[in-house]
Amino acid sequence: MLEFRKDIFADERDDSLVEIGQPTARQDILGHVTGTSPYYDDHRFANLLHLKILRSPHAHARIRSIDDSVAARAPGVKRIIRAADVPVNLNTLLSLIQFGKDDEPSLASDVVRYKGEPILGIVATSERAALEALALVRVSYDQLPAVLDVEEAIKAGAPSVNATYPKNTFEYYGKYDHQKLRFGDVEAGFRQADIVIEDRYQMSPIEHAPTETNGSITVPDTNGRYIVYTSTQALFFSLDTAAKINAVQSNQLHFIGGTVGGGFGGKVDTLTEPLCILAARLTGAPVRYRLSRHEEMQFGSPRGAERIYVKDGLAKDGRIVARSVRAYFDSGAYTRLSSYAVVKCVAHIPGPYTIPNVHADVYCVFTNRTPATAMRGFGVTALDFALECQMDKGAVAVGMDPLEFRMLNMYRDGDMKAHRREAKNCALIECAQVAAEKANWPLRDEFRRMSSRQGGSHERAGVADRSRTPQLASAAKPAPSTPPSPVPQRVAYERPTPAAPTRTAPPSPPPRSAPPSPAASPAGSTHGAPRFSSVFGTRRR
Amino acid sequence: MTVTIKTFDRLADAANALSSERGAHFFGGGTLIMRAINEADPSVQTIIRSTDPALQHISVSSGRVELGAGVTMAAILAERELAFLHPVARAVGGPAVREAATVGGNLFANSPYGDFAAALLALDATAQFAGGFGQRELPLEEFLGRRDRGTSLVSSVAFRRPPTDVFRFHKVTRVHPKGISVLSISAQLPVASGRIAGARIAYNAMGQTPLRAKAAERALEGRPLDAAGIAPALAVAADGTAPVDDAIASAWWRREILPVYLRRLLLGAVHT
Amino acid sequence: MKTPIQFHLNGEAVATFVESGANLLDTLRETVGDLSVKGGCWQGTCGTCTVLIDGVPRLSCVTLAEACAGKSVETTAGLRRGADLHPLQQAFMDRFAAQCGYCTPGMLMAAKALLDRNPNPTRAEVIDALCGNICRCTGYEPIIQAVMDVAGSDNRRRA
Repeated sequence: MLEFRKDIFADERDDSLVEIGQPTARQDILGHVTGTSPYYDDHRFANLLHLKILRSPHAHARIRSIDDSVAARAPGVKRIIRAADVPVNLNTLLSLIQFGKDDEPSLASDVVRYKGEPILGIVATSERAALEALALVRVSYDQLPAVLDVEEAIKAGAPSVNATYPKNTFEYYGKYDHQKLRFGDVEAGFRQADIVIEDRYQMSPIEHAPTETNGSITVPDTNGRYIVYTSTQALFFSLDTAAKINAVQSNQLHFIGGTVGGGFGGKVDTLTEPLCILAARLTGAPVRYRLSRHEEMQFGSPRGAERIYVKDGLAKDGRIVARSVRAYFDSGAYTRLSSYAVVKCVAHIPGPYTIPNVHADVYCVFTNRTPATAMRGFGVTALDFALECQMDKGAVAVGMDPLEFRMLNMYRDGDMKAHRREAKNCALIECAQVAAEKANWPLRDEFRRMSSRQGGSHERAGVADRSRTPQLASAAKPAPSTPPSPVPQRVAYERPTPAAPTRTAPPSPPPRSAPPSPAASPAGSTHGAPRFSSVFGTRRR
Repeated sequence: MTVTIKTFDRLADAANALSSERGAHFFGGGTLIMRAINEADPSVQTIIRSTDPALQHISVSSGRVELGAGVTMAAILAERELAFLHPVARAVGGPAVREAATVGGNLFANSPYGDFAAALLALDATAQFAGGFGQRELPLEEFLGRRDRGTSLVSSVAFRRPPTDVFRFHKVTRVHPKGISVLSISAQLPVASGRIAGARIAYNAMGQTPLRAKAAERALEGRPLDAAGIAPALAVAADGTAPVDDAIASAWWRREILPVYLRRLLLGAVHT
Repeated sequence: MKTPIQFHLNGEAVATFVESGANLLDTLRETVGDLSVKGGCWQGTCGTCTVLIDGVPRLSCVTLAEACAGKSVETTAGLRRGADLHPLQQAFMDRFAAQCGYCTPGMLMAAKALLDRNPNPTRAEVIDALCGNICRCTGYEPIIQAVMDVAGSDNRRRA
């Protein structure tokens, strides 16, 4: 049950909060329990048509020919939609924010690159009529060698999956085939380490499997506008994507949504709206495009599978002195959001631990698998799994309690993170202490007394303390002589520098023996200056 | 093209229709056929139904149990005399599926479904057929081997009622309390003078259809149900099986865990 | 080929025509207009479309509509009595037992099937009654709690 631990950081607490900590009813709960919440498919239209899609049975194949002449004459068929009917038949989701190149067709015309890829659509008077007509379409394929493994995909001579990225890696900022993180000198760190442990972690794709499958209904409105009822999690994102693919102004589309039958990241990809709108435009009638459960599993994009290698250098006293991560994100055949997941992953390395030497290379790789997308912490979740498994192994290797081993290395206020940002408002040590207490996990005294506020420093990460430089002015506020009294509402998320310690500080981990050479960490000198945006990269301030 | 549905009062008429129409399927509880219709499966064109009460018939006499093919898992759970089968019936879906799923339908369920059929196999059941001019009764094992080729209508299954505590069942799933089978094991383990006499062991999800573990049965004959006694049976537990890779488990995993669960079942370490 | 059928829906007589082979879910939603029933898989695996037929829970997506002729069908749309919520609906609200809400109608009907038959279930019985219904937001615990609350209130009434 929910419990507020007001004793921790009591001097920073603000108890005048109105909503936080108070139970509150969901605004949509009455609709949910009465079955009246308006999901996209809870709208009824006379003479509704149904769109069903022919999908690739192969992971990689060239389409030699498509014969839909019999299907076109099948009962109930109103229209066949072919690749040539799609106004802009190449897109990438994040093109809306100028990230990545258009690489994915709405309907494949020459090559299919994953099993389940859409090839052709049939609009008919019922779902059954559309399905029966689909069975009459004859497609002739030349199967091509498929690559289904991330490391195989980046080997020389591997089949090229995606014509836009022929080397099977996403291209960052027009030139880089992966994302890097460099902090300190990781090789020197491994040389100093008493113990080095290395392991490989392989994740599987995970389907969101929302109880409501992806779908949409498009209804022609007056004045050339189309009303789109949709299950999307990202209404305006889907609207702009659908407008781009249909080559219409976004104000010609009126998206209605917001009641989503489970998304978890699986409803941001705009899987149905563009073709549903196109079908309504080509037939002049309301059209529904609803994924079957099988389609949701086969074609609905999953959480991507990551392969992660972690190598840790450990000092006998339990400090992690070096951590190297090499990871490959399986984007599937097209980009969707894995390119961004890689950026998130690199931003999360090396986990919530202060490590003086960190090195990471993370790749977004194309394979002939279902394109992967967002799902609950994507990019981070798998990495955390790998890192925390590694932490357990590290604890065993140095003969420490696994929680104490973690606490020794956790971020504290004033530590320098591998991304050259100072750690602030840390509370992980306190969380670990409470968790240990709740689980009756014995912690030694010094760990029970440990504090996020004490013992942190840039030096702990092997970096000269620059906290008094102008860039970090906020962290250099004069320490108040007494704990600050509660203020109505903190506006800045800055923890006040605490008063002089009144308790015995826990043994601070000894500083790293050798600071990194300036050459090995050139970015140290630019610390604090550029502002890093997760998607745009370095951004003007 | 829509599906044609033909409903018959008498089972014999339904059986005749089933054998005379191409692409005809008999409709039990609907959990298999309706899915095929919903997906516009072109092989399902004609549906034969019957409202014959014989389908719902349950008879439990001292020595023999007979279950109409239309008896649902819920009906079995409501029958106190069939308590030994309750763990099996409860393993078939959630409550709504149990209200629909039938004994007859389970005989046609593809792996990894078919836990109830496997239990019937371990009970040495026979299948009875309605109408037509073919055979009236077949041992279940023989029937399962040719179920996809025949067009005869199963009207009921029958088996000798096992003595108390002789029948055991365990289903291995990843989700509890309701999950699809990684595999399930059903066994009849009669003991005479401390030794197994005439064991019957059947697996589900260890092949395309439920199958008997004949090597393990033979290895148990005359042995006591203790660690040493069952060791030879465990060594041959997977003989004759042909599990497949599916979304629930790999064939490798099924083979690996089979002896583990068979050991627990034989030693009575799993409670059903 | 359309077949005429009549049945009771939430106590009211309904007469309609169904396409041969139509399932009850599509019939309720597309033909009769009861949108309180949701479809999740159309293959009998998720429990989202659970309704009660003659008092027992059934998956409407794998129920042949014409087999429901003469039967009594209950859906979430019939739970409410005027302005009054069914105790299960109130308990689901109080317990925050819905996130996306899509599985909720099926959960409510599965729970109603249990409580109508067994007003005083154990926690294990509640879990068994709901075990065919998937909640992908993984909010099972509050749902179980909500059903237990209603079971408990019945106990209090009896006491």
